[in-house]
Amino acid sequence: MSKIHVTTTVNGDTVEFLADPRETLLDCLRDKLGLTGSKEGCGTGDCGACSVTVDGVLVSSCLVLGVEAQGKSVTTIEGMDKDGELHPLQRHFVEKAALQCGFCTPGFLVAAKALLDKNPDPTETEVRYWLAGNLCRCTGYDKIVRAVMDAAAEMRG
Amino acid sequence: MPKDEIKQTFRLVGTRPDRPDGLDKVTGRARYGADFSAPGMLWASVVRSPHAHARIKKIDASKALALEGVKAVVTRADFPEVPAGEYWDLQENTIAGERALYDGHAVAAVAATSQLIAHDAARLIEVEYEILPHVTDVDEAFKMDAPVIREGAADYSVPEGSPPNVVKVLDFGRGDVEAGFASADLVKEGHYTTEATHQGYIEPHACVGQLGSDGKGEMWVCTQGHWYIRRMCAGVLGIEAANLRVTASEIGGGFGGKTTIFMEPLSLALSRKSGGRPVKLVMSRAEVLRATGPTASASMDVKIGMTKDGKLTAATAVFRMQGGAFTGSPVDAALNCAFACYELPAVHHLGYDILANRPKAAAYRAPGAPMAAFAVENLLDEMWGELGLDPLDARMMNAAKEGTKSSYGPTFKRIGFEETLEAAKAHKNLSVKLGPNQGRGVAAGFWFNYNGDTSVSLAVAEDGTAQVSVGTPDIGGSRASIALMVAETLGIEYEDVRVSVVETGALGVNEPTHGSRATFATGKAAVEAAESAIKDMCRRAAKKWGIDEDAVEWVDGAARPAGPNAGKFPPLSIVEIAAKMSSTGGPIAGHYEGNPPGVGESFGTHVVDVEVDPETGRTEILRYLVVQDAGRAIHPSYVEGQYQGGAVQGIGWALNEEYVYGADGRLQNPVFLDYRIPVASDLPMIDTVIVEVPNPGHPYGVRGVGETGITPPLPAVANAIAAATGIRMHSLPISPSKLLAAMNAKRKG
Amino acid sequence: MRYHTPATFADAATIAASAQGVTRFLAGGTDVLVQLRAGSVLPDDLIDLKHIPEVHSITRTADGGWRIGVAVSGASLGANKDLVADWPGVVEGMELVGSTQVQGRATLTGNLCNGSPAADSVPGLIAAGATVTVTGPSGTRDVAVQDIPKGPGKTNLKAGEVISALTLPARGKNAGDAYLRFIPRTEMDIAVVGVAVSLRLDGDKVAEARVALGAVAPTVLLSDACAKAIVGTTLDAKALDALGAAASGECNPISDKRGTKEFRIEVAGVLARRAAKIAYDRAKGAKA
Ligand SMILES: Cc1cc2nc3c(=O)[nH]c(=O)nc-3n(C[C@H](O)[C@H](O)[C@H](O)COP(=O)(O)OP(=O)(O)OC[C@H]3O[C@@H](n4cnc5c(N)ncnc54)[C@H](O)[C@@H]3O)c2cc1C
Ligand code: FES
Ligand code: FES
Repeated sequence: MSKIHVTTTVNGDTVEFLADPRETLLDCLRDKLGLTGSKEGCGTGDCGACSVTVDGVLVSSCLVLGVEAQGKSVTTIEGMDKDGELHPLQRHFVEKAALQCGFCTPGFLVAAKALLDKNPDPTETEVRYWLAGNLCRCTGYDKIVRAVMDAAAEMRG
Repeated sequence: MPKDEIKQTFRLVGTRPDRPDGLDKVTGRARYGADFSAPGMLWASVVRSPHAHARIKKIDASKALALEGVKAVVTRADFPEVPAGEYWDLQENTIAGERALYDGHAVAAVAATSQLIAHDAARLIEVEYEILPHVTDVDEAFKMDAPVIREGAADYSVPEGSPPNVVKVLDFGRGDVEAGFASADLVKEGHYTTEATHQGYIEPHACVGQLGSDGKGEMWVCTQGHWYIRRMCAGVLGIEAANLRVTASEIGGGFGGKTTIFMEPLSLALSRKSGGRPVKLVMSRAEVLRATGPTASASMDVKIGMTKDGKLTAATAVFRMQGGAFTGSPVDAALNCAFACYELPAVHHLGYDILANRPKAAAYRAPGAPMAAFAVENLLDEMWGELGLDPLDARMMNAAKEGTKSSYGPTFKRIGFEETLEAAKAHKNLSVKLGPNQGRGVAAGFWFNYNGDTSVSLAVAEDGTAQVSVGTPDIGGSRASIALMVAETLGIEYEDVRVSVVETGALGVNEPTHGSRATFATGKAAVEAAESAIKDMCRRAAKKWGIDEDAVEWVDGAARPAGPNAGKFPPLSIVEIAAKMSSTGGPIAGHYEGNPPGVGESFGTHVVDVEVDPETGRTEILRYLVVQDAGRAIHPSYVEGQYQGGAVQGIGWALNEEYVYGADGRLQNPVFLDYRIPVASDLPMIDTVIVEVPNPGHPYGVRGVGETGITPPLPAVANAIAAATGIRMHSLPISPSKLLAAMNAKRKG
Repeated sequence: MRYHTPATFADAATIAASAQGVTRFLAGGTDVLVQLRAGSVLPDDLIDLKHIPEVHSITRTADGGWRIGVAVSGASLGANKDLVADWPGVVEGMELVGSTQVQGRATLTGNLCNGSPAADSVPGLIAAGATVTVTGPSGTRDVAVQDIPKGPGKTNLKAGEVISALTLPARGKNAGDAYLRFIPRTEMDIAVVGVAVSLRLDGDKVAEARVALGAVAPTVLLSDACAKAIVGTTLDAKALDALGAAASGECNPISDKRGTKEFRIEVAGVLARRAAKIAYDRAKGAKA
C-alpha cells in the first residue's frame, strides 16, 4: 500500500503525515495528528460534526481526502481560541448553555465562525440555514441559534 | 432543613452558572468515545448480515487472516455458552449464532493494525447464508402464519394459541369498563400506528476494550451507564464483573440508546484473541442505524368514552409493539403511560410484545410513552373537538392531581399537571391569531421518572473545597446541577465543588443515566453524602468546643454552636475544619449507596402552531410551546434544554423520521440524509415554561425532566394538522406524501 | 487506490483511458467520498482534477455567456454576482445541493456526472441550454447537458472522457429562470421532485421556454410539452394549469423511500407552476 507524504498547515503549524489516499482529512487530523476535537458523526457529509476550514472555506473534513490537504491551510476547533482566550462564540456557547452533550459543538463553532467572518450581522433565518448541515440532537437548536446571534451582536460592538 | 418542609429560596439552586466541562467542550478538548487511544492499539471492523433473516451456513475468514496486519477474527464460536435470559439475548444480539435475525446483525469481527486494514479484512470474510422468510412489520409479525423469529421465546404470560412471535402479554386495569362505556354519551375508537425511530445521538458508539488471558480487562466507552457495560460484557463473555474496569468517556448523546451493549464485547473478545492488545471499535453511522437501538413500531387501538361535558368515563387500549428480534419492546411502559394524565373511573390495558426481523429495540426517551400519547391524545382531541370543548379546559376537567388513583395503579402524591395546563393557557402563543392553512394543537404527556441503584462519594479537600464522585455519565449538564446542589448544601461556592464521573472501580454500582434519574437520584445521593460530611464536620467542631454534637448546626458553610450554646464560640468554617482534618480524625468524606426513594412524576403540556401547504402536504412548525413541571429547576438552562430537545425529537418523529424497510427486509435509509432528523432551518425557537411544583421526595424538589418532553409532540403536531386541514392522521410519520394523499381523498369527498 | 493529480485535461483523459479497474474523477468529492465510505464504489484510480489550471475560474465568454471551471464550488458560484444576475435559477439549483459545508466543495460537473436523476443543478442547466466540453483521448467535443445523463448513476461519457468545462449561453434580455425542488425538510434532503423553468418574454407573453423535470424519471427530463403549454401565453391561470398538467403528464417516477409515485406526479405540476411564475417575474425584472 503506497502512502503519500503530505505537508500542510494546521492551525498555523506546519505538519507532515503519511496518508493512504483513502483516508479522509478527518481521519488524518484525528488519528495522525491527535486533533480529536473534530468529530465524526456520520462520515458522509450529513452532520457537520467534522467541520473545519480549508484555505478559509468551510468544509466537512470527512468529505476531503487527507492527501488533498497538501499545501493548504486547515483550521480546526483547536485553533479557535487565541492564546487561551476564547472566541466570543465559544464563550457564548458556554454561557448560554448552547451545548448539552457537546458532541456537535466543535462543528457548530467552526461553522458559525465561518458565518460571522462572512456576515457579521446575520438574521435568525440566515443563521438557521447556514447551520442546517450541522445536526444537533440534544438542544433543538434554540440555544445554539441564540448563542450565535448574541456572539455576533457582541462582536459588532 | 427539616425533611418534611420544602425550602423555596436558595443561594445557588436555580441559578445558571457555566458548566464545569464547558471549556473542554468548546475547545475540542473533551474526550468522547472515539477520542481515546492506547499504546499498541488495534482497530476492529464488524461483518454484518445484509439479510433480514438468514441461516449462517459458513464463515470463512481465511482470506482476511492472510492479510498483512490482521491479528484476530472472532465469531460466535469465540463466546461461551450462556443460559437463556438477558445475557443470552445480549450475546445473540452482539454476534449472531445460527441465524442472522435482522439486516445489520453482526456475524463476525476482525482486529487489525489499522482501521483501513480492518475494513479491508472485513470485506474479505466470506459468509454463506441461506435466506429465510422474514417479517419486519408489526401487524404482519402478529399473524399466526408469520415467519417465526424464535421458538420458545414466549414467557409465561402468553396464552396457548397466540401468534408465534408474541413473547409477552400484558393485561391489566381496574373498574368496570363496560359500565363506563354504557354511561358515556360519546364513545369512539381509533386505530393508530407509529413507525420505529432512532434516538439519533450524533456520536456513534465507540469503545476501546482490552482483555488479557488472565481474565482482567479494561474498557473505555461512550455509554450512559458503565456499570451496565461491565455487568453485560461480563455476562456475555463469561468473565467476572469486578475484573473489568470500565471508564465512561464524555458521551455524545444517548437518549436511552446507550444504556445497553451492542458491540463492546466484540472489542474485548478480539483483544483476548490478539494477546491482550487494546482494540478500538467505532461504529459508522450506517451501523448505528442498522444495528443499534431504535424504538419499537406500534399498532394501537384505543377506545374512549366520555359524557357530553367531556368527562371521561372509561378507556381501553390494545397495543402491539415489535421491538426487534428480542423480547423488550416498551409496550409495558406505553400502556402504563397511556392514560396517566387523566382521572378515569374504569380503564383496561392489553399489550403484546412481538418479535420481528429488526434490530433489538433499546430505550428511547420515555420508552413507549410517545406512541401511547399519539394514540390517546389524538382520539381525545377528536372527541373533545366534536363536543366543542376547549382542549386545555377539557384536559383540566379530567386532569390527574394529588390523590388521583392513576390509570396504572398508584395514587399520585403532589403533581403539577394542572399547573402546566394553567401556564399553557396563560402563554402569549395562545393569543396569536392563526391564518389560512394554519392550525393549533394541544397535547399532554407524562413520565414516571425513576430512581435506581446509586452510589456517590464526596470528599472534602484540605482547602475546604469538595470533590464529588458520581457514576452517572453527564449527558446534558448534570455535573453542573449536582455541583449546585452540593454547594448549596455545604454552603460553599459552586466553583469549589468538582463533580467527576468516575470509573467502575471507584464506586459501588450505579445504574445508567436513564429514566430521568441523574439529577433526582444522583443529586439526592450527593446531597445525602454532603449531609454526612457535614455531620462529621459538626462532630469535629463539637469536639473542639467540648459540647454535644447535637448542639452544633451547619449554617452558611460553617459549624455553629446552637441551642443553649448559640453564640458561645465563633463559627468554624469548612475551610478551617478542613485545614485541621488530619489532626481531628483524618479525611472528611461522605457517601451514599442505595436506591433513593421519593420519585416524583413529571407532566407536561405542549401547544404547537403549524401551517400545511395544501398543494404539497408539507407541514411547517410556526410556534412551539413546552410547559412542564420540573419539580425544581436546579440549573434552569439545562432544564429548558431538555424541554427543547425533547420537543424537537418529537417533532421529528411526528413529521419525518421513520425506519423504511424494503420488501427484502433491508433498511433503506441508514444515513442522516434519508433518516430525517430536524435541522436548524426546520424550526422556530422553542418556547418553554418551567413549572415548579416541588417533589416532596427530593431535598430540592427535583422530579426529573429528561423524558416527558418527547411525549406530547407526536399528538400535538397531529392535532394541529387536524385543526389546519380537518384531517385526522392516524399514522406516523405524517409525511407530505401521506398528508397530501389524505387531503386529496378528502377533497374528492 | 491510486491518487493522481494531472496538470492537464489531456493527461487526466490519458490516465483514465489507460486505467484498468474502477476509475473516478475527483472534483468536490461530495459524491465520490460518500460512495467510498459506504463501500459502494471503491475506485482503483482516483484522478483529482483540481490541480489543472483554470478549473477554479468563472469567465464571461465572448458572446456574453459563461464558462465555468469544473472545480468551481457551489459557494463560489453563488458569490459571483453577475452570474447570479444572469442565471439565478441555475445558481439556486446548485446552492440547494447539501449544506454550507458541502457547498464549499460540490461542483456542477460533479452533480451532473454523478448521474442522479434527483441532481439539483441539472434541471436548471438543462433549462438554460448549457453545454459541456468533453475531453477524451481523441480530442474534445461539445455536448448538451441533457445528453450526458444516461440513467441512475450512469452517464453517456465514454471511458477516458472527462468534462473540461461547462458553458452557459448568453442570457439575453427579458429572460429569467428558476428552480424549485420539493423536500420534506427545509435542507439536507435529496429532491423528491425538482423543476426548472427558463423563459424569455416578448412583452407580457412567453416567447421561448425550456422546462426540465428532476427526480421523476430515470434521468432529468427536458419537457417539450411543458414548454408548449406556456409559450405564447401571458402565464395566466389557464396556462399555469396546462403547464401543471403537462408536467405531471411527463412524469414516469418510481415510489421509493423519498416519496410515492403519485406524490411525485402531483407535486411536479405544483412546482412547475410555482417555478414558472418566479421565472416570469424575474424576466420582468424581479431580483433573485
Ligand atoms: C450531505 C450531502 C448532501 C447532498 N445534497 C445534495 C442535494 O441536495 N442535491 C444534489 O443534487 N446533490 C446532493 N448531494 C450530492 C453531491 O453533493 C452533488 O452531487 C455534488 O454536486 C457533486 O459534486 P462534486 O464536485 O462533489 O462531485 P465528485 O464527488 O467529485 O464527483 C461526482 C461524480 O462525478 C464525476 N466527475 C466529477 N467531475 C468530473 C468531470 N469533470 N468529468 C467527468 N466526470 C466527473 C466523478 O467521477 C464522480 O463519479 C449531497 C451530498 C452530500 C454529501
Ligand atoms: S462526520 Fe463529516 S459531516 Fe458528519
Ligand atoms: S449537544 Fe448533543 S448533539 Fe448537540
